[in-house]
Amino acid sequence: MANKLITCTINGKKKEYFVDVRSSLMEMLRGSAGLDSVKHGCDVGECGACTVLIDGLPYNSCIYLAIWAEGKTILTLEGLSDVKGAISDIQQAFIDEGAVQCGFCTPGFIMSSIPIITSEHPYGREEIRKQIAGNLCRCTGYVKIVDAIEKTQKKRIRERQES
Amino acid sequence: MQIIGSAMHRVDARDKVTGHAKYTEDLIGPHTLVAKVLHSTIANGMVTAFDLEEAWSVPGVVDIVTCFDVPDIQFPTAGHPWSTDKKHQDIADRKLLNTRVRCYGDDIAAVIAENEIAAANALRKIKVQYEEHAPILTVEEAMKSTAMPIHEERPDNIVVHSSYEIGSFEEASKEPGLIRVEGTYETPIVQHCHIEIANSFAYMEAGKIVVVSSTQIPHIVRRICSQALGVGFGDIRIIKPYIGGGFGNKQDALTEPLNAYLTTRVGGRPVKLAYTREETFACTRVRHAMEFHIVSYIRPDGTFAARSIDAYSNQGAYASHAHALVANAVNGFRMMYPVGAIKGNAYTVYTNLPTAGAMRAYGIPQIGFAMEAHVDDIVSRTGFDPIGFRKRNMMKLGYVDPITTITCHSTGLEECIEKGSRHIGFAEKRMRYAAQTGPLRRGVGMAIFCYKTGVYPISLETSACRMILNQDGSAQLQVGATEIGQGADTVFTMMAAETAGFTPDKIHLISTQDTDVTPYDTGAYASRQTYVSGMAVKKTAESLKTKILAYAGKMLHKDPWDLDIKENQVVHRNQEKSLIPVAEVALEACYSLTDSNHIAAEETHHCSDNTYAFGVCFAEIEVDIPMCTIKVLDILNVHDSGRIINRQTAEGQVHGGMSMGLGYGLTEFLKFDPKTGRMLNDNLLDYKLMTAMDTPELHAAFVEPEDPTGPFGNKALGEPPIIPVAPALRNALLNATGVAVGSIPLNPEKLFFEFSKAGLIR
Repeated sequence: MANKLITCTINGKKKEYFVDVRSSLMEMLRGSAGLDSVKHGCDVGECGACTVLIDGLPYNSCIYLAIWAEGKTILTLEGLSDVKGAISDIQQAFIDEGAVQCGFCTPGFIMSSIPIITSEHPYGREEIRKQIAGNLCRCTGYVKIVDAIEKTQKKRIRERQES
Repeated sequence: MQIIGSAMHRVDARDKVTGHAKYTEDLIGPHTLVAKVLHSTIANGMVTAFDLEEAWSVPGVVDIVTCFDVPDIQFPTAGHPWSTDKKHQDIADRKLLNTRVRCYGDDIAAVIAENEIAAANALRKIKVQYEEHAPILTVEEAMKSTAMPIHEERPDNIVVHSSYEIGSFEEASKEPGLIRVEGTYETPIVQHCHIEIANSFAYMEAGKIVVVSSTQIPHIVRRICSQALGVGFGDIRIIKPYIGGGFGNKQDALTEPLNAYLTTRVGGRPVKLAYTREETFACTRVRHAMEFHIVSYIRPDGTFAARSIDAYSNQGAYASHAHALVANAVNGFRMMYPVGAIKGNAYTVYTNLPTAGAMRAYGIPQIGFAMEAHVDDIVSRTGFDPIGFRKRNMMKLGYVDPITTITCHSTGLEECIEKGSRHIGFAEKRMRYAAQTGPLRRGVGMAIFCYKTGVYPISLETSACRMILNQDGSAQLQVGATEIGQGADTVFTMMAAETAGFTPDKIHLISTQDTDVTPYDTGAYASRQTYVSGMAVKKTAESLKTKILAYAGKMLHKDPWDLDIKENQVVHRNQEKSLIPVAEVALEACYSLTDSNHIAAEETHHCSDNTYAFGVCFAEIEVDIPMCTIKVLDILNVHDSGRIINRQTAEGQVHGGMSMGLGYGLTEFLKFDPKTGRMLNDNLLDYKLMTAMDTPELHAAFVEPEDPTGPFGNKALGEPPIIPVAPALRNALLNATGVAVGSIPLNPEKLFFEFSKAGLIR
């Protein structure tokens, strides 16, 4: 099978990788790019642990071919911290609200929450639950995850109104 | 004490929200070989031959191992402490790969290849010849079919049969005026569904086999690997990094023994053995399906005169934890309502289904459903008040179980019930909902439970801890107890800090267990770690503090007895003013030219007590009768787990258990093809665990009696929250509709059947 050169932007940096045309974006991100936050939980788009943003929208990277990433802009959890390691408000909210237990689903949930917290639309708890229903968590019962997203979203809306 | 009882953030949270936390698959190096297991496509029979020619021809194949090649050693897999008494040892009934096929998906061969694709291709090209027999899938069938036993050591397919009797059931049931209530209750096979699949990688180093694995029980897995391969304990080294959930599935040796063997086949080169999600469903462990038949005789005053239970547990293909679960279930039946004569009878039976093992609360969710459904069947038939009836008969302070001697050292159960009942408005709503008509009906239900803390005196309870003082006055904390998501690392940090007089930031907990260097502990199960391992942490931190104060006493020319440590400062006992920082003592102790002393402490706690945690679930539901659906309107668990160590992680445990309980009660079950024994819904799409949309807002509350036996007054918490949820929902359904359903999950398929039978729908 052939390898193909893929050029894309990952966490703000232009990257080039030779990938097996059969490999998934998850495999490329974990393997070639060394981005271990992209978790491998099912390989078939059921659990959401491998969620990353592609051009701003959440995708299960395990069922997205690496070659489809040509020209795309990809954001993983690693891209949320700045170069000095300062973490974003949504990551801090996951810590503060106790939304983390085993932590395996956490990167996927945080990535799925980005479109919510960056939206102008004030999502209610039920709407948040619907938006994150593609990510499975067996530890938390979701309550504190919803708390963390809701809190960050409200904070951002408040900040936008103030500025 | 200020740290214990606070809502301190998890010590591992930052690593987990940044992606820095490393799990097994994140640690696999380049050039690691890939192993895959060939699973049988029959459920019952023998492998008679393999044709490997085509498989060997796949480029990149390094080795192929079949059931005819592995060591002729049968080994046990259960994550129990080993017993030196032969009678109490786990059943050794499987080999690394098996010629005798006992379930659909049994491990019969393995391929090692240079990459995933070569391994998968070679696996597909292996041809297998079987001698095939019809699968035996039910307990009833297995107890009858003895022509070809599933294991030759058990000719009647019964793994274990046990019984007990407290008083005389027969005599007690003859008392005049008793009301007899009888019921049959069934619980399904479900799966843990930890988000990280079962995986490991193994290699050889310094003449020993190293297995890095997603396990709850590194020290036990070391022992099991040594038994499976026939090598010494010391020849095996297990490393456990962060794990993505376990819930009991990883309280078993899963991929590790075979992987330990596979690396020896390729000269110690690293080999990865990661199951797919589908394999994790079908080829690891599941929760035992159980069937219970309960007969109760009740006096007119609402007390039990006599109760009996017959329990049947579907073990599946291999013994794993075997009878321990149904034994726990029928013991729980006795302990919860220890009134009158009680008789228990339990069978664990081999079938050709996937192997059942440990899962959160270890047999108690099964009996919890049966017993609490039965109590509501009693009160609905007799008119007793469900709360009053329970309070009259339930375990009270000072109870000593006549068989296990486990004693009720503390109980807040009554207070739990009152708190929950007030929250939901139970009495008033129960009356109001009792006689509804129409398609939408509401109901309230409740269920209580008791749960032991750890495994004493059934099994060994032991735990060790080590603390090493750094030159800056901070300390490493090393425990054999494992973090599996429940927050163990955080509470151990809090306990060590509180006891030593340090601030939590001065405690550097080493999360990874490495059996070559980590002190011994049996691991994460039985909600034992805060209780048993917590005491080891407390003892070690006390010992470290004593050593620091001894050195400080020499430096200050004071009697160490007069000294104490508060917030990293050596102080006069009962005073606040710093005499010298611990950091200064530590620096001097290390580098002193006249008295260098590397301060460290290591203690073992051999626990010889146990205590009961309690709790209750109250639920309010709305039933859509034509649609056969249940909507949860409100749900609350109130727990007595003694003193709460960390409020935030404790709440998280309750929420997670409730969510799992909602799945158990409403949606989750594994389905099998009756003809082949093949699991039909071995994936996260067809197996319905709760999503964020399915889960209602969950409420958790605590009452906190100080338990005199816990290191900080604490008792079991990790597993219990799942227990009362399913029966509370079932009892709410009874209140709403008058329909008493004897099995779970209460999914539309079942409700359609039950509502049709009751004439609610036509």
